[in-house]
Amino acid sequence: MIIRNGNVVLKNSVEKKDILIQDGKIVQIADKLPKGDNEIDASGLHIFPGLIDMHVHLREPGFEHKEDIESGAKAAVKGGFTQICCMPNTYPVADNKVVVSYIKNRAKEVGLCKIHPIGAITKGEKGEQLAEIGEMKAAGAVAISDDGVSVNNSRLMYLAMEYAKGFDIKCLCHCEDKNLVDGGVVNEGLSSTIAGLKGIPRAAEDIMIARDIALAESLDMPVHICHVSTHSGVRLIRDAKRAGVKVTAETCPHYFAATDNIVRTFDTFTKVNPPIREEVDKQAILEGLKDGTLDCIVTDHAPHHTNDKNVEYNLAAFGISGIETSLGFAVTYLYKAGVLTLPQIAEKMSAAPARILGLDGGEIAEGAVADLTVVDLEKEWIVDPATFVSKGKNNPFKGWKLNGAVAYTIVDGEVKYQQEK
Amino acid sequence: MLKRKDLLGLIDVSKDELSEILDVAAHMKAKLKAGDKCLSELKGKTATILFYENSTRTRTSFELAAKYLGAQVVNIAAGTSSVAKGETLVDTGKTLDAQLNDFLIMRHPMGGAHYLLSKVVNASVLNAGDGMNEHPTQALLDMLTMTESFGNLQGLKVAILGDIKHSRVAKSNLFGLRTMGAEVYMYAPETLIPKGIDRLGAKLCKTKEEALQDADVVMGLRIQLERQQAGNFPSLSEYAHFYGVSANDLKLAKPHAIVMHPGPVNRGVELTGKVIDHDQSRIEEQVFSGIAVRMAALKLLNDYRNSK
Repeated sequence: MIIRNGNVVLKNSVEKKDILIQDGKIVQIADKLPKGDNEIDASGLHIFPGLIDMHVHLREPGFEHKEDIESGAKAAVKGGFTQICCMPNTYPVADNKVVVSYIKNRAKEVGLCKIHPIGAITKGEKGEQLAEIGEMKAAGAVAISDDGVSVNNSRLMYLAMEYAKGFDIKCLCHCEDKNLVDGGVVNEGLSSTIAGLKGIPRAAEDIMIARDIALAESLDMPVHICHVSTHSGVRLIRDAKRAGVKVTAETCPHYFAATDNIVRTFDTFTKVNPPIREEVDKQAILEGLKDGTLDCIVTDHAPHHTNDKNVEYNLAAFGISGIETSLGFAVTYLYKAGVLTLPQIAEKMSAAPARILGLDGGEIAEGAVADLTVVDLEKEWIVDPATFVSKGKNNPFKGWKLNGAVAYTIVDGEVKYQQEK
Repeated sequence: MLKRKDLLGLIDVSKDELSEILDVAAHMKAKLKAGDKCLSELKGKTATILFYENSTRTRTSFELAAKYLGAQVVNIAAGTSSVAKGETLVDTGKTLDAQLNDFLIMRHPMGGAHYLLSKVVNASVLNAGDGMNEHPTQALLDMLTMTESFGNLQGLKVAILGDIKHSRVAKSNLFGLRTMGAEVYMYAPETLIPKGIDRLGAKLCKTKEEALQDADVVMGLRIQLERQQAGNFPSLSEYAHFYGVSANDLKLAKPHAIVMHPGPVNRGVELTGKVIDHDQSRIEEQVFSGIAVRMAALKLLNDYRNSK
């Protein structure tokens, strides 16, 4: 296959090139390749290294009414993702090799994008006993996380990280002090006061970010901080990095594009954990993306059934179905807004996640795997969750105008998604 | 004319709308005072009262208000209804709508519940209190009581003392009173002041004296005992000492100042017995005003329904 005449997003530049793909690999990148029999005309389009979302929820097994591996994978390739990593808070929890293998097998049957399971840190994500981390790694888990909750017991978290070190598997830390959250549902601030909804202070997140940084420093090992939402959290991570602590961190489109003003209508689709915060946080997240404090962009794609959301705000499930809008948000609010260059977006959405988790991918180079995302940066579209292929229509950005639409998603040299003409 | 299907809160109710409700309420109150409890504005209409929280005064007040206007009234206690069997609020609303209710009067422990309900029913929804969000008819009855004492709300200094953070009463009053041009001073333990309330027009006070000095209205708020157990303040006696209002404290306010409380009062905590029973206390008048403003709200919402 030849992808002809596209603007190729390389590590430090964007260059108009032809790309030759054979047997799932990028064989040649050249100014002008001879004509082949299977060509994609990418004139006017941009070619990114296949996007990688290292933080999604696929809900299978156990919550197939919200999403399953097939619907999630379809949504992923529509969103431009060639690889995704799914969190273990399924039913049963992915805290053993059987569930991890099940997910791997289902992913293979579905065969759209590469799906990497993340195993739980503790059995049942209960924060009491270590899960079988070694067995899960052997079965294909690429990381461990109790995402959805923090491991509250610092001693257990210390031991978990230390044990994981022996298997060279990374902890992805959901940072939340449950006592401080105390049933809160939105960010604590003017918006929580206006809506009369219980607020979650920034400190609830920051305390656990600081703790997990301290554990990593103490153990002299890397750690990864999930979905950073606070300005103070960004500062903690920046300071730690400067001090040489091996910390990496991610954020999500809803934290760099929105503020908690949107909760005032009681739209339960805005309910997400950690909560969408204020302008000062949004600006700090943008700055953190710019200066490298925040290594990558993930969606925290959290599909839910309408029954989980069509209830009182307090009762609604946390989470946003965001895998089909993520790239559009990055193009619109980071690239078009002048925050990041295209190579920097490729870094945050592909190279960095690959590096953090040791995945094959993340760059466009001769010899590299042919995972590519071809994007029409200029295409303008309006978010309409009703058109999502994900089962989760719970996205609060209905009606928002975005730039950047996926034209092709190519996995191992095969077109797995092509935009309808 | 009040042009809205529902009364969910005072956050977006204009000065004209508030004035109209208060005018009609004053008119209703005059009728009640004259002994006229058989009005016919809501004849042939049905109101269902759906309370997910315990209440005596607000529930009976709404019930009597609807009955005095000639409506048929049904009472549902959530604990004995299909809600206890796990029915969602949306389904409960649709059921009540299918039974041809014109008004749904709801109290609910969660903020925003009324917004959800109002979107799925044709009936007019009246908020009788939703979590920490709003309690619009309580603020209206407070405003009616103040208007009766002072003729006008413009420029009044209203001091609200107590658990602002969990108080839908304080918030609805803040919205309504600010819209009508009154000044709202608030004083509470730091743990019971919601973030950003000053940006909504409240003047936060550092001392009780600052709050009470030259106040026209002194309003205490009920403190729930569980707030102490949750660690918001150390003891009721310390709370009463710093945030309660005694007859001596009341001397700081203007000589004609009135004392209010949404009830039920913890005697000796928010207000001392002397203050509650003081001749400047309007606590019982507030209860009477409550019926009048609820009659006014029902009448005006009904006028709007009829106009459509």
